Amino acid sequence: MKKLLKEFFKGIGSENPTFRLVLGLCPTLAVSTSVINGLGMGVAATFVLIGSNVIISLVRKSIPDQIRIPCFIVIIATFVTIVELAMKAYAPELSKALGIFVPLIVVNCIVLGRAEAFACKENVFNSMLDALGMGVGFTLALLLISAIREMLGNGTLFGFLIVKSYEPILYIVLAPGALLVIGLLIGGINFLARKRSAA
Amino acid sequence: MSKLTVSPSPHIKSSQTTKNIMWTVVWSLVPAGIAGICIFGISSLSVMVLCILSCVFTEALFLKIRNRDPKTVLDGSAVLTGLLLAYNLPPEIPFWIPVIGGVVSIALGKQIFGGLGQNIFNPALVGRAFLQISWPVYMTTWKNPRWWPDAVSSATPLAKEVNAHFSYMDLFLGNRAGSLGEVCVIALVIGALFLLTTKIISLHIPLSFIGTVGIITWVFGKDGFFKGDFIFNIMAGGLILGAFFMATDYVTSPLTKKGKIVFGIGCGVLTAIIRLRGGYPEGVCYAILFMNAAVPIIDRFTKTQKYGLIRK
Repeated sequence: MKKLLKEFFKGIGSENPTFRLVLGLCPTLAVSTSVINGLGMGVAATFVLIGSNVIISLVRKSIPDQIRIPCFIVIIATFVTIVELAMKAYAPELSKALGIFVPLIVVNCIVLGRAEAFACKENVFNSMLDALGMGVGFTLALLLISAIREMLGNGTLFGFLIVKSYEPILYIVLAPGALLVIGLLIGGINFLARKRSAA
Repeated sequence: MSKLTVSPSPHIKSSQTTKNIMWTVVWSLVPAGIAGICIFGISSLSVMVLCILSCVFTEALFLKIRNRDPKTVLDGSAVLTGLLLAYNLPPEIPFWIPVIGGVVSIALGKQIFGGLGQNIFNPALVGRAFLQISWPVYMTTWKNPRWWPDAVSSATPLAKEVNAHFSYMDLFLGNRAGSLGEVCVIALVIGALFLLTTKIISLHIPLSFIGTVGIITWVFGKDGFFKGDFIFNIMAGGLILGAFFMATDYVTSPLTKKGKIVFGIGCGVLTAIIRLRGGYPEGVCYAILFMNAAVPIIDRFTKTQKYGLIRK
């Protein structure tokens, strides 16, 4: 039981894909302009992670080692297509806002990384917990970044105005702001982690 | 005899210290500041004071957090950054913009990298670029000189939609709308001459920078070749301020003479391209920031030959 919990929580804390492994930065930089976009991207990626991790773990013994990456990609692409079509049908606005970054989940390094590093070696249940933890960690990171960017750069949260006479910092909501916010957050987290390990 | 000190070389030290140099540059900027106050009125003074206070306060805060000697806050570098930032702002602007600019300059432009000497980019320009992108409307609302009939803002001479004609004398004396410290060319030149005679800066960067802008705007400035108004392009905008006071920053410019010339030419080419073809009317700020990022590479390829080295 303890091991199972560990598999789940490592994705949120010590092996957080965004802040500790620094994986999947491309969608993180691009879609973290508003909390809704960040949440949508996080949920979509989590779904793909769980689906692909479970299937890959199921078929791991029958995949030949030499062509494992193409096999992974085919499985991942299946789930990405499901997400893409479902999003187009039920959340067309979100789909338009996320644009190319939904199909690009296929080559998201978190998904491929978990398939290669975890799912092709571990049993189904562990792989699912790992995917769930990674997905939740990714979603939480996206929520944190996009909340900061939306509040500072747009003066809103979930699309609602917070302070009336606020002059938004446009920089934060543009591309350089994403790099700045992520850089400062990673720096701050590293600082705290180092302090803790020294203590 | 016990007073003898034993120490490794160097034994003869120059009297120039960081503090010394920084304060000299601050003093050399004073004429342009006075000119700015004379031209745009007392609001420019408040912009300068706010920028400097904000920079110095942020610097002190970071020195405290990072456990550094709190006395270095007065080494002049923070004051200089604040002053240069103020010279890059419009003379009348909501009070919180210079304050945020100062915090960003020192915190993100300098201290995050490790403080004075470690910063890759010119701190004042980092602050300016941040403000320019964040609040473009405030940052491009210029105030006219006090004696003009309409005090309401107008564009700088470099803006493409402006058809007004400025005589070279107007530009030279600063009789135009523009950033606080960039308008009065003669005051800037006085400051620059002071820096050159005290050998704080050398002519390599300013000359290659201004020369390149002049040549390119002369050749390509208008339809057809060799018809551009290069004197106008040199004196309008922030080129003089940027070339003498910001591109020559010791920390963010190359070490060797050859490297400095390459750096200046690069700044000039980028400035001219942004001015003539880019979306912004003025390109000095981004050109210098861009070349700041290239300084390590320039330094690597312009190493001086070691004394006595035999080439194989």
